[in-house]
Amino acid sequence: MANNTTHTTEYRVLAKILLVLMFLTFLTISITSFHLGAFTVTVALLIAGVKGFLVLSYFMHLKYESLLLRILVGMVFVLFIVIVLITFIDYAYR
Amino acid sequence: MSEMITHVEEHRDDEASKLGMWLFIFTELLLFGGLFLVYSIFRAEYPLAFHESSLELSVTIGAINTIVLLFSSMTIAMALTAIQKNDQKRALIFIGITLFCAAIFLVNKYFEWGHKFEMKLYPGSPLMPLLGRGYLLYFSLYFFMTGLHALHIIIGMTLLVVCYFKVKSKNINSKDYVLLENGALYWHLVDLIWIFLFPLMYLIS
Repeated sequence: MANNTTHTTEYRVLAKILLVLMFLTFLTISITSFHLGAFTVTVALLIAGVKGFLVLSYFMHLKYESLLLRILVGMVFVLFIVIVLITFIDYAYR
Repeated sequence: MSEMITHVEEHRDDEASKLGMWLFIFTELLLFGGLFLVYSIFRAEYPLAFHESSLELSVTIGAINTIVLLFSSMTIAMALTAIQKNDQKRALIFIGITLFCAAIFLVNKYFEWGHKFEMKLYPGSPLMPLLGRGYLLYFSLYFFMTGLHALHIIIGMTLLVVCYFKVKSKNINSKDYVLLENGALYWHLVDLIWIFLFPLMYLIS
């Protein structure tokens, strides 16, 4: 018995997501060419975060997966952010 | 009643295979996460050298590769849609396009790396000791991170080639497609890593 929790993402939806991703790519390139200092890094990473979120939810179908899996994926990113923060605090007060 | 008795239940758990793939993806994310952390620390320590070094990279090639990879990520998602709709022919076409995009990415990478080698911008080159520690760190991280990413592209391609032939032989079909699903997840991971690699390496200066 097939036990796929099937959700079929339509071609149209995927194509739309690609368009948004491409727009965000061009946005990143044009914003970073202005040299706005520390602000640039934040904006570039923020846009990358949005792009990553779109890939995870639509291309990787996380939007239609079980709550357990979604929480697990979220925890990995939380874990990573915690590691980054602790390391930077360590470096800053050394 | 007799139908139910003669029906042989296949031993399969797609949900578990997918969860297993995700657990593997977590380790991959943390592997690259660690490298991103190393990059951020050294970038904070040597801001000027990292800025100067990143100017050596071609934003155009980087942007083309980004778009190629995003596009291939969409086509492999479409291949899954096609197989779910029992459209074998389209699924094969979409996997083919994905593999073609992956090849374009690697060819671009080859020219990019070749250019760096020509300019003697690699760890251990005669030029490197003259440039200083920050430059050495930047290019070491550049080659290691993009190299590791390219290795993932090659692994992903291998996996997708296997999927291609399994779709062709109908071993992957609209009732059993978890292998293609996991292969596609791996391919999206490669795309996901590049989404962060591109701005950090090429753009932020």
